[in-house]
Amino acid sequence: MVDISTTIGSLRLKNPTMLASGIMGEDAGSMQRIIACGAGAIVTKSIGVQARTGYPNPTVIETEHGILNAMGLPNPGIDEFGQEMNQLKKSTSPIIGSIYGATAEEFTILAEKMQRYGAAAVELNVSCPHAKRYGLEIGCDALLVQAITSFVKKKIDIPVFVKISPNVTNIVEIAQAAEKGNADAIVAINTVKAMKIDLEVKKPVLANITGGYSGKAVKPIGIRCVYEISQNVHIPVIGVGGVTTGEDAIEYFMAGASAVQLGSAVYYRGPEVFQQVCEEIRQWMKTHGYKTLSELIGVAHQ
Amino acid sequence: MNSPQVTPILKSTTEAKDIKTITFQYPGEVHPGQFFMIWIPGVDEIPMSVSLIHGSEKGITFRKIGEATTALYDLKKGENIGVRGPYGQGFTIQGKHLLFVGGGTGTAMLAPVVENARGKKLKSTVIIGVKTKNELFFEQRLKQTGATVFVSTDDGSKGYKGFASDLARDIFTKGNIDSIYTCGPEPMMKTLFTMSKEKPFQASLERYMKCSLGICGQCCIGEGLRVCVEGPVFDRATLKKAEDFGVFRRDATGRKIPL
Repeated sequence: MVDISTTIGSLRLKNPTMLASGIMGEDAGSMQRIIACGAGAIVTKSIGVQARTGYPNPTVIETEHGILNAMGLPNPGIDEFGQEMNQLKKSTSPIIGSIYGATAEEFTILAEKMQRYGAAAVELNVSCPHAKRYGLEIGCDALLVQAITSFVKKKIDIPVFVKISPNVTNIVEIAQAAEKGNADAIVAINTVKAMKIDLEVKKPVLANITGGYSGKAVKPIGIRCVYEISQNVHIPVIGVGGVTTGEDAIEYFMAGASAVQLGSAVYYRGPEVFQQVCEEIRQWMKTHGYKTLSELIGVAHQ
Repeated sequence: MNSPQVTPILKSTTEAKDIKTITFQYPGEVHPGQFFMIWIPGVDEIPMSVSLIHGSEKGITFRKIGEATTALYDLKKGENIGVRGPYGQGFTIQGKHLLFVGGGTGTAMLAPVVENARGKKLKSTVIIGVKTKNELFFEQRLKQTGATVFVSTDDGSKGYKGFASDLARDIFTKGNIDSIYTCGPEPMMKTLFTMSKEKPFQASLERYMKCSLGICGQCCIGEGLRVCVEGPVFDRATLKKAEDFGVFRRDATGRKIPL
């Protein structure tokens, strides 16, 4: 019998696959479907204080080895989102509320509301690569990341995860700043800033010009970041970036991740990908003589 | 690959007031009911159901209504658009006598499925519902298939005076209709859904779309049904479970907007 349950601080997950923020996470029905498909936890779409329409289309395109997007943080606003969270109250998998703000005060308002809505944890989005005043504009400043994390931590009782960006000079420094702010876990990585130009039109394809690159192509970047971060912090790391198969997840565990998040994989393999990846993890562990996930986490460091 | 393929407009034809069909070369199979994402460079990218399938030449038919459709309307033959797709599930026809009900520009995407049905010699009755006669299009094209074609106008300027759904009720009550296929305003489709009780029923839904790849979640209805992947054509059993159908849609922020 292979046990693939995992823990991230005080949060216990029946399996290590989580839905990444921004994928089918804006309405209760979609999140229920992903839970039914076997996800160990759900991270909601990033929610802000006010409703936001996001950017005009094209917002998403596929490239040779990944997906490029610039959605522009569309969301109905935290108050409206309460309806969706309310429908998820009886959920069998924990719901983690992803939030974005421009200031520590905004993050705090959002975190308190997510806690009231029944979220099992919050994930601070300080890493969206394409939204002015938000995301990466905060997440590239270590002192600001520490201050926001610590501010939010003081106001809520549920765990606080901080999702950070690879688009910085030193990702370890940002992860350590979050740890100093008392974060319960680091989520790495968000998408890699990128763009595409159409040769016939001779213009960028995304309406926002630049976007974030995800999918298979970014996995080696994610693995490197998780490896370096887990070597330098004492809190759990959740790996994100190109996880499509069980073996991808195993690679992240070896690099030091306690769980993984899947996003683009929903495009490559459909919502059923969660069950499939869990089964592939079990199979791999069985073949290689592992009984629990904890035996695998960080083995590449030894 | 799901990235816009840039191609020049082959033909741009005015069908009725503010309504045009544009065609372009786009090799590959497309089923009636499926849709493309049409990129108007520098303006927007919008979902458009296929309205014409002639080998590698494909077409879309639309009304000039917002910024994107106005820009598309004003593009001339030879100018470039980007096309990706086709996406979603098309119609599956069943039975021997089929009723098609199009409301407004919804008739556009029904035309290829009527042509398919007639190609299989299936008895087909078509209702084209418009507000007023100068918005009427595809009447000749649909008659040429050998289908029985009725026109309804809200103001009585041509054909039956009243809603397409009222005319559909009359035909449904009298005739031996085996199944119904519809595209148009959602309240109209909901009326047809209720009226036709347990008969096979398929409707093409319209929702705000962004990725069309089944990941962004913008177009989801019910229990996570992605209109861009599992739809846009849904059958009765699926619609029965989707609380959104005929009740609300979501705007670009994800907020619920009553229909």
